[in-house]
Amino acid sequence: MTTLTAPDARTTPTRRPVLTVRDLTVVYDVEEPVTAVADASLDLGRGEILGLAGESGCGKTTLAYAINRLHQPPARIASGSVVFHDRDGGDVDLLALDDEPLRRFRWSQLSMVFQGAMNSLNPVRTIGAQLDDTLRAHTRMPRRERRERSAEVLTRVGVDVARLRSYPHELSGGMRQRVMIAMAMLLEPQIMIMDEPTTALDVVVQREILREIVRLRDELDFAVVFITHDLPLLLEISDRIAVMLAGRIVELDTAEQLHRSPAHPYTRRLLGSFPSLSGDRGSFIRDGGGPTAHDAGPETGTDAAEEDRA
Amino acid sequence: MTSVHVTDLTKDYTLRSGLRRTRLRAVDRVSFDLVPRRTVALVGESGSGKSTIAKLLTRMEKPTSGRIDVQLDDRTPVMGSVYQRHVQMVFQDPFASLNPFHTIEHHVARPLRIHHRTHDAASTHARVVEMLQRVNLEPAEQIALRRPHELSGGQRQRVAIARALAPGAQVLIADEPVSMLDVSIRLGVLNLLGRLQREDNLAVLYITHDLATARHFSDEILVLYRGRVVERGPADAVILDPHHDYTKLLALAAPDPERVGSVGGTRRGAARELPARDGIDNSVCYDHDLGDWVHVDDRERARA
Amino acid sequence: MTNIGPDVQVAAGTVATTPPTDPPEPAADVPGAPAGRPRAAWRMLLPSMTPWLATGLVLVAVIVVFGVVGPYLVGDPDAISDTGLSGPSAEHWLGTTQTGQDVLAQLAHATRGSLQIGLMVGVLATVLSAFFGIYGAYLGGFADEAFSLLSNVFLVIPGLPLVIVISGFVPRESRGLWTIAVVLALTSWAASARVLRAQTLSVRSRDYVAASRLSGEKPWRVIGVEILPNLLPVLASQFVYAVIAAILGEAGLSFLGLGASNSSTLGTMLFYAQNGFALPLGAWWWFVPPGLVIALFGMGLSLINFSIDEIINPRLKNARTARRRAKAARRRERRSATGTDGTAGTASTAQEVAR
Repeated sequence: MTTLTAPDARTTPTRRPVLTVRDLTVVYDVEEPVTAVADASLDLGRGEILGLAGESGCGKTTLAYAINRLHQPPARIASGSVVFHDRDGGDVDLLALDDEPLRRFRWSQLSMVFQGAMNSLNPVRTIGAQLDDTLRAHTRMPRRERRERSAEVLTRVGVDVARLRSYPHELSGGMRQRVMIAMAMLLEPQIMIMDEPTTALDVVVQREILREIVRLRDELDFAVVFITHDLPLLLEISDRIAVMLAGRIVELDTAEQLHRSPAHPYTRRLLGSFPSLSGDRGSFIRDGGGPTAHDAGPETGTDAAEEDRA
Repeated sequence: MTSVHVTDLTKDYTLRSGLRRTRLRAVDRVSFDLVPRRTVALVGESGSGKSTIAKLLTRMEKPTSGRIDVQLDDRTPVMGSVYQRHVQMVFQDPFASLNPFHTIEHHVARPLRIHHRTHDAASTHARVVEMLQRVNLEPAEQIALRRPHELSGGQRQRVAIARALAPGAQVLIADEPVSMLDVSIRLGVLNLLGRLQREDNLAVLYITHDLATARHFSDEILVLYRGRVVERGPADAVILDPHHDYTKLLALAAPDPERVGSVGGTRRGAARELPARDGIDNSVCYDHDLGDWVHVDDRERARA
Repeated sequence: MTNIGPDVQVAAGTVATTPPTDPPEPAADVPGAPAGRPRAAWRMLLPSMTPWLATGLVLVAVIVVFGVVGPYLVGDPDAISDTGLSGPSAEHWLGTTQTGQDVLAQLAHATRGSLQIGLMVGVLATVLSAFFGIYGAYLGGFADEAFSLLSNVFLVIPGLPLVIVISGFVPRESRGLWTIAVVLALTSWAASARVLRAQTLSVRSRDYVAASRLSGEKPWRVIGVEILPNLLPVLASQFVYAVIAAILGEAGLSFLGLGASNSSTLGTMLFYAQNGFALPLGAWWWFVPPGLVIALFGMGLSLINFSIDEIINPRLKNARTARRRAKAARRRERRSATGTDGTAGTASTAQEVAR
């Protein structure tokens, strides 16, 4: 469906892509199989921030997991391809990798920051020890280098080096989320997938972390897939945005274009759902009377597949 | 019609760690009025004390000091069990605020029966169906028989609203009523609240961290920072012309595609610098109605 | 850094070849969509049928039927005949005791006795634990502290020795079934009360409890109608556990000769078998049947309890269904291996990847 044959600046990145996903279909093999992601195709440019927008159950998280082959049964990749284009020219077919190469590939080339990741830190080990574990699992660095590297990434995300000796509960939610981002950056991956990395945080903290992500991307030139339901936020930080609905990418465009003239009705609907902070009062606000279109519209998002995984 | 006058509301919590006791002032001398057909928004981050105010207003907690006066049009004070009938609340998480064991009918029927709004099974059922229809839950007859897990988040929140209105509430506390819902249905729920407010002449307290909906859905905004009101005034004035550093910080941090467009370039929007939070002083409050700053202690002195 | 060239405005028919659907419909094939008919609440509380649960239910049902109906079908358990200590035969299916009593008849009556005591203690202990656990936790504050202290005190009292002391203290003539039941219940409620207290504290803090209080529900209704149903699986589990413990405890007491004086239970049967030198004499038919009934009943109830645990802790059940589905998925992938090579699902969690 969204196979894009003609090269088009709006749907393909201008730089050589780092990741190509073609016609990816993910099926949940439950009693009645559910297609959670259908024929998803996208290119991720090197150093690009690609937003993936959609509501709960639209398949955005499933897609992100499938790209990294982190999906768990009953989810199954039914068809499609995911190809990683390495910095030095080689292509890797991610769906064909065996377990051990896949393990080495993950985190070193493609890392993830999970939803609510800040709560997935081990409470009884220090931040430093947990960063060290990751380094030890993926590299042969000597102890001192590992410590230096840990300190370096922590400084990069704006956390004091002294925090290496802290336990997770001694840090605020925003701090913990920064640590998770540091952990994802540890091995200098070429792609980072972030699944609602700031949803649980207060706006000010959220803004600080977003700024950090954009700055780091400018410095280190990794590509980011940023998954969230918060479209205004994506409009601010992404280069291009893919809008997902019921497992399909219904629109993929540059952030500017998407904001100015959304093509798909669902995109318009999503954009219309966010009252603008400083702009005019939308017509939808306080129009009162009977049920509005929003009122009566059926709600997407009873995707049993996603609930299943949660 | 019922209005609420909150005067110098203060709540302290005692934190115990070992033998040490420390006092935490969650809400510090907060005053505001809720009147019929008007919405007041309490805006702040987590820990600013906004949810504590909701608990105090619904009498789930007792204030340390200060007054909450609820009175009818003829100034008759509302007290005791009648208070509960007048002041109701919609909770944040629709997945937690309905009992998974009971049907939707049970949730709406109980407040009707408790407050003697209906007297027999038939009239209760008819009333439940009517309430569900009012919150746009159709087909109401069938939905009444379902259980919470069979409904979507938006539908559950509608049930929660119906339950809050069932006793005949005149004052509605909405504690982040849409923050757990999918974005495309948020406005639907907010518009529903707006319509019910007009129909029933409700006084609404809208608690949120979202400046945009606060601006569009309320008449007056109170910005809370560490338990104190730091800015108050008409909604548009507070958001479009913020005076206090904290309000400015909040407004700057909130996503706003409009502003990005004007700056020209998506990236710059994200990278915009935020003022430091360290120097922010919560002992002063800018009151747009007075057009002047008020010190938290001055007000105290003026009253004494 | 602008990746976007000036030609981005080209208004080519870019994406979205799906026919636009507005408002969007949820995927039609979503399972678990709201059913038209309401499902009864108690259905949610029932464990799903597994071979283990079926085995447990059959074991318990057979023993209960034997204990309830059996006594009417067998002869007088105390009738003495002259064929003492004879093995199983057509006349006496399970042989006879030293004094020529029919073991089958005794077993039927003893099973009934044991079930009685199990039920009595189960009910008593559950009521006690529910009162101290749930009510205390709901009230909070001083009452909670006091009730907690009380259950902690009862928890550290060593059960069996206390029971022995009390049983020994009460004169044999007045030591009836009820006395034993009360003694056993008093020493076994505390652990359950603690479990219930923890559960209640968790349920009590949920929004729907706050909401029902806010709508003006009386405390007893909040406990009984809003909180209690959500504790039923825990209560059931605690009840089953109490029954097992009571039957075993009573058997132990009776075996020591401290049981109820006017009743026959599986424990008293074992007591008499021991006194009659059943083991040295090789009269296995005397002591094996009561022992077996106790063991099988305990096993049956435990199997049921495991299934109840799955309701209390859905993660146990999810783990089971996930295992089953993983197996099915692997089978399917093997079958379709020709099409997409190497898409074998690797079950790995986020944590594993990070390491």
